[in-house]
Amino acid sequence: MKSVSLLFLAVAMLAMSAWAAPALPPLPSDSVYQSTAQLTDAQSHRFAWSAKRGQAQLVSMFYTSCKFICPLIVDSGKAIEQSLSAEERTRLGVTLISLDPEHDTPDVLARMRRERDLDPARWTLARPDPRDVRAIAGLLGVRYRALAGGEFNHTTVLVLLDADGRVVARTEKVGGLPDPTFLAAVRRTIAP
Amino acid sequence: MAAAAAEGDGYVRVPGGNFTTALQYEDARLPLRIAPFAIMRRPVTNQEFLAFVMAHPQWRRDQVATVFAGPDYLAHWRGPARLASGEQGAQPVTRVSWFAASAYCQGQGARLPKWHEWELVAAADATRRDARSDPAWRERILGWYARPSSRALPSAGAQTPNAYGVKDLHGVVWEWTEDYSALLVAADNRNQGDPDRNRFCGGAALSIADRDNYAVLMRVAMLSSLNGSDTTMNLGFRCVREV
Repeated sequence: MKSVSLLFLAVAMLAMSAWAAPALPPLPSDSVYQSTAQLTDAQSHRFAWSAKRGQAQLVSMFYTSCKFICPLIVDSGKAIEQSLSAEERTRLGVTLISLDPEHDTPDVLARMRRERDLDPARWTLARPDPRDVRAIAGLLGVRYRALAGGEFNHTTVLVLLDADGRVVARTEKVGGLPDPTFLAAVRRTIAP
Repeated sequence: MAAAAAEGDGYVRVPGGNFTTALQYEDARLPLRIAPFAIMRRPVTNQEFLAFVMAHPQWRRDQVATVFAGPDYLAHWRGPARLASGEQGAQPVTRVSWFAASAYCQGQGARLPKWHEWELVAAADATRRDARSDPAWRERILGWYARPSSRALPSAGAQTPNAYGVKDLHGVVWEWTEDYSALLVAADNRNQGDPDRNRFCGGAALSIADRDNYAVLMRVAMLSSLNGSDTTMNLGFRCVREV
């Protein structure tokens, strides 16, 4: 009996150390982090998408070889960050998820991060496993199709997730001037 | 034409090959080459889906995460693990979301069909692999769309198999495809010349090459309007395996 309870304790402690302490309440049913998708970032670090839980995230889908719209997605993220105070910025992460995991390897993602001067403390560029792309897109309301020439036709959208992964706001207005309604939602969501 | 060999596990092998799709994308390289695949002979039934949710309770209607399935998910069953009747067991399962249908197929080592795979198989009638130019075939399909959707569903697999040996592609239920969210036709066409066209990166628009092919037009319109958690009383699915 004693050994069983000790074993239980050991397992429980292991389980807790795998999570960020203290133990989190159950994930809300409407959280995109119900997904079991794994991502790989520009440092080749593989992690569960749900590990982003705990901090509000600005999320979009993109691909690095995109010439026109995808740079605007990065501009949007930067513009929103610049509208925030240094202190507010620490409460918002940016997660850009590739639609093109075949080509957007960690090296390619790292190059984009350098070229666009994206702070790795706040920005995550990541590729999903190829089989998970459509499901992640579905959770974010992104529609896309691979074009014959290697480009993608896709919905351009910024999605704001709260710290539990619930979609709080979305905007299809991208570029260097933040959508004021969306920015207001960001401020409300990261308010302490 | 001889029916393709059945695989003995409910799947039928389809040889693939060159295919003339009714969808016309600006960027498409024609003809379309479709790799061989194996597809379920009939849609997944309520009984089969019940067995799946019993084995994977996270897909029961009382346990499923709302991001994966809307409020009407499996609402036609008597309970979360109980069908409404014996007849229901043999009918195609409906009110399933894309996420739930995908999970079912993954559990089979399979996936949902791509649109073009479904379209290829659905182009056949009982004797021809491509019956699409036959006005009588088109009339029969239109007749189904005119039927009230409140009528009880027939049992899955009751139809005469088509030239591939596949049943129920028309006249029973709508079916999910893996790439339902690749069909960007509705928004693209609505937004032509619209300042909102930035909504889609890269503007390779989709149009319908064969405007008299209602079977395709209506499926595309329906699938392009759906989100992955949506369910409808007439929307089911079948799975495909790579071969």
